[in-house]
Amino acid sequence: MNHVKAAPAAELPLLIPPRPKLRLDPRYLPLTVTLGLFVAMFGAGSYAFDGFFSLQVFLNLFIDNSFLVITAIGMTFVIISGGIDLSVGSVIALTTMVLAALVENQGWSPALAIPLVLIMGAAIGFIQGFVIHFFELQPFIVTLAGMFLARGLCYLISINSIAITHSFFTEVSAIRFPLPFDSSISINVVIALAVFAGALYLAHYTRFGRTIYAMGGNEQSALLMGLPVARTKILTYTFSGFCSALAGVSFTFYMLSGYGLHAQGMEMDAIAAAVIGGTLLTGGSGYIAGTLAGVLIYGTIQTLIMFEGSLSSWWTKIVIGLLLLVFCLFQKVFERLTQRRGAARPA
Amino acid sequence: MTSPSAQRGQTRDSSALRNLAKARIFWPLVTLALLLLFNLVTNPAFFSITVRDGHLYGSLIDILNRASPLMIIAMGLTLVIATHGIDISVGAVVAISGAVAATMIGGQLVLEGGMKDVTLYPLPAVIAVSLAVAMLLGMWNGLLVSYFGMQPIIATLILLVTGRGLAQLITGGQIITIYYSPYYFIGNGFVAGIPFSLFIVAAVLGVLLLLTRKTALGLFIEAVGINPVAARFSGVRARAITFWVYAFCGLCAGIAGLIVSSNVKSADGNNAGLLFELDAILAVVLGGTSLGGGRFTLTGGVLGALIIQTLTTTIYAAGVAPEVTLVVKAGVVFLVSILQSDKVRNRLASLGRPREALS
Repeated sequence: MNHVKAAPAAELPLLIPPRPKLRLDPRYLPLTVTLGLFVAMFGAGSYAFDGFFSLQVFLNLFIDNSFLVITAIGMTFVIISGGIDLSVGSVIALTTMVLAALVENQGWSPALAIPLVLIMGAAIGFIQGFVIHFFELQPFIVTLAGMFLARGLCYLISINSIAITHSFFTEVSAIRFPLPFDSSISINVVIALAVFAGALYLAHYTRFGRTIYAMGGNEQSALLMGLPVARTKILTYTFSGFCSALAGVSFTFYMLSGYGLHAQGMEMDAIAAAVIGGTLLTGGSGYIAGTLAGVLIYGTIQTLIMFEGSLSSWWTKIVIGLLLLVFCLFQKVFERLTQRRGAARPA
Repeated sequence: MTSPSAQRGQTRDSSALRNLAKARIFWPLVTLALLLLFNLVTNPAFFSITVRDGHLYGSLIDILNRASPLMIIAMGLTLVIATHGIDISVGAVVAISGAVAATMIGGQLVLEGGMKDVTLYPLPAVIAVSLAVAMLLGMWNGLLVSYFGMQPIIATLILLVTGRGLAQLITGGQIITIYYSPYYFIGNGFVAGIPFSLFIVAAVLGVLLLLTRKTALGLFIEAVGINPVAARFSGVRARAITFWVYAFCGLCAGIAGLIVSSNVKSADGNNAGLLFELDAILAVVLGGTSLGGGRFTLTGGVLGALIIQTLTTTIYAAGVAPEVTLVVKAGVVFLVSILQSDKVRNRLASLGRPREALS
């Protein structure tokens, strides 16, 4: 179940019957399927529509979904740790709202307001993690309350949308980094990729990351192993809260407004991206890279529907739901296969 | 809480159980009573019930009427949660059942010296098909959970994501207005002065209480919630029970969908039943059913729904901005779940009565 430590590749032939050398490590199977699906979908789009196959269309997947990348990465950490965070969407909304209110209505400098909202997001995550750990409550119900709270706070600030006209935001949102073939990316993509790189490092090369995997695999044994479960669990939710706030900031650059209805249902999109990316919702297994692939698939579906023209936006939901179903069933089958193999091993 | 000596004839065990059962309903009742008391103090007209055209009117009737979809969903969800599951797709099912009903009625306005009632299909067919669709969706959830062994939250998450898309697909992305007055009766009608939707609630509650209290079904559901494997070994058909519980929850959401769409005389695939799943979970938890499964109280779920609606109405009546409702709800969820946590319960129990620290 727990894939924290890679078994040395050389030992594998001893345990299982010899097979062709280029065999894929089964642990990477879900990730490969996800990547393969993305390539297939993008390929199908390129085949079906003129102008689909271009670097800019590919980069637009990042530009239009950078905040989803950031949120989903935070969510992936939480899910790997064996929890769930339903508050992410409303924390994004709250961030945009607080940012807009501070900058536009109170005349704060963005240099002060942005760090403040980031701290606020992290603090919300911290409190949720604290309550989940110390009262031994289900993450589901605590973050649900967090979701209510953050949305409610949005409406306390204002029930209307606050447009942002501050020069810092308009200028930052207009920045485009040119790339070859007449393409460019926005600053949000840079933020998202930075978060992605940081998350890769955090998940696979630090003690914190390993503890999260261990905790998600089996919290009891992680505790018995002497791992700092309490600290890690609270930090995981804090990280997710921080990611949501950062996604909120990047969402503000994208939308140039603060609104209580922003990012409605984003928590489900983030969960879907993580699951499609091969993260097991039971915890203990998953890849940050898979989540990025999940978001790309999500973006590709939207782009395909946009290029098709006659399909309505709700088809996105239906296709995402079906993909979720397929991946969950696939994971179930996969889980059963690996369990059977694991059970057969001692014999 | 009554003292154990009040029931002298019983054995100690059963009286302790009785106290526990009473304690479960006790807190929701206190919460509701406090809310009503607050209303009585701040707004004396709150409890006045007037009769107009033979119908009862008043804040209390209004609360009961408005809470009825939530009460019905809360009952279905209580059973699901009792099996240690969760159904977060109820809101989507509400939207779908309303969408099916509105589409079958048709949504054309024909004026012939006043509004003429138009429906494409007869009302019984409309109701039957909408409920059947809702129940099928519940069965789908049940299938994924019981036969494919999927985690309940994921299985129902799939329907939550897909469901709104399906509802919009059915309505063609439009809000379908219903121009068929017999249909309005479900959500707005009165029988003997009492809102018709309350009779639906009473019927569902009655059937459920009969099934779970007078037959062994309630015990089986609890057994599945505590340990499905052990339940199966002791001869309980755990899979079938899980399956039918989800199916029933879908049916409940379908009934609520009919009431909601009939109440607002339209079906909106995008917004009907939005965040209902959260309210319903809150209602069940407020009612004293533990999210850990195993023990449940249907009346508690109904009370929980009433508490939520009373809270909402109170906030509106107190002149506080409606936006605050969400913050208050969040506070309530935090407080109730912390109070419900084993840690706090054990500590409180060991403070008060060290001998009954079992709960």
